[in-house]
Amino acid sequence: MDSSTLSIEKETSKKMSLTTKFDKQNMKRAVDNKVTKTVIEAKNLSVFYGMNQALFDVSMTIQGKQVTALIGPSGCGKSTFLRTLNRMNDLIRSVHVEGTILIDGQNIYDSKVDVVSLRKGVGMVFQKSNPFPKSIYENVAFGPRIHGERNRGNLDGLVEQSLRQAGLWEEVKDRLTANALSLSGGQQQRLCIARAIAVGPEILLMDEPASALDPKSTARIEDLIGELRKDFTIVIVTHNMQQAARVSDHTAFFYEGNLIEFNRTQHIFTNPTEEKTEDYVTGRFG
Amino acid sequence: MTQHLQRELAKLKRKILSLCAMAEESLQMAVKALETRDSKLAKEVIERDYSIDQEEVEVEEECLKLLALHQPVAIDLRFIVAVLKINSDLERIGDLSAHIAERALVLQKSTYIPSPINLAEMADKVKVMLEASLDSLVNMDTDLARKVLTMDDHVDETYRRMYEAVIKKIQENSEEVVVYLNLLSVSRQLERIADHVTNICEDIIYMADGEIIRHQRPNAVVL
Repeated sequence: MDSSTLSIEKETSKKMSLTTKFDKQNMKRAVDNKVTKTVIEAKNLSVFYGMNQALFDVSMTIQGKQVTALIGPSGCGKSTFLRTLNRMNDLIRSVHVEGTILIDGQNIYDSKVDVVSLRKGVGMVFQKSNPFPKSIYENVAFGPRIHGERNRGNLDGLVEQSLRQAGLWEEVKDRLTANALSLSGGQQQRLCIARAIAVGPEILLMDEPASALDPKSTARIEDLIGELRKDFTIVIVTHNMQQAARVSDHTAFFYEGNLIEFNRTQHIFTNPTEEKTEDYVTGRFG
Repeated sequence: MTQHLQRELAKLKRKILSLCAMAEESLQMAVKALETRDSKLAKEVIERDYSIDQEEVEVEEECLKLLALHQPVAIDLRFIVAVLKINSDLERIGDLSAHIAERALVLQKSTYIPSPINLAEMADKVKVMLEASLDSLVNMDTDLARKVLTMDDHVDETYRRMYEAVIKKIQENSEEVVVYLNLLSVSRQLERIADHVTNICEDIIYMADGEIIRHQRPNAVVL
């Protein structure tokens, strides 16, 4: 099961009174606002797993309504970086984070930050699709409902809108009550995307969202990312460099916990500044 | 996979260098045919242009294959794109050398009149440029490539002088207008070859440094 949603579920049961009504304004703002601006700013970020340092002093600025790809060989720290953006690493006991991450100007590691609201604003999609063993409708309605949306009409509208945005509506509109697990792998992944966007996040994190899918489903996810970037800020980890080249506006190359180069994707794949980047993208190592 | 691509790229480099050598040889033979009024040699230059054309097609097919099968990026991509462009410049140099050979055939049948400007000297400059571009390609030597770019100005200047001299000669001696026009044509082909060599050098600089420097110099020949 989606662990971020799990934690949302646990924590919201305690904090239900604190959760605000589903923020429709937020969703509307996400749709209307196409202005590129700095959304995420990592400053001197270091992450430790116990004694092991996984990220070394990483600083980068991610622009809004853009797709940013994180690439690098296994163990380079790209997934660790992604997971710091909605504090998924909090779930691992031995993790220790230094430095700051500002999202819309606020340090998300500040003790006052409510992790549940943070994750509402920063959704996540994982490598393996992980729908709840519930109906298609319930999968999408789940998030808004636990954030306080009870009105059936509003929920119906949200479910349709989210499924449409995830490019799944036409395929499932006649069987919304069917079990989500009856969908194909690619459809399940798009359902997970619909579920993530149903709570109106500003940022979507994707950890290898297409690596378990066949080429056709992968192409659909990539097309979808192209659509979603109009409304969301997307950060995607991918092992598939061609995919990074196809879907992203900016690419960050990580190596051994360091951010080696962060630049426009076109620049990274035609004329990278760093030799290490050139060696990696041309497959000379990694 | 990557090793496979690297092997293919090495093969492609050998192919483009061999085409480069063929173009260089054609130019040399054409100039010699002109100087010695050797019709047999001139015909040979025209003949061998077919093999240059065939070689050009093969290199292009090889590049398309590598792009489609390996989806290269960064230096590998820049290399293949540069080879594609250098390839057509070399093919044009082959054509222009054949044109010089054709002029040599015409001139061989006409009365011998010395060129108002020393064409052998001009051809030497162009040959030096072509050889240097080949060296810079082999060694990825962008300093040398940049030096070749400046040499083009001298060739342009020579052509300009030739143009003026031919006008004057035709005014003085209009009976030999065909000879003079053929001589002018030869210098025009040489000037064009030098332009293609500068294209090659610009592509080498792009390949090595990733910097596009085309269209930064003032237009070369204005008559």
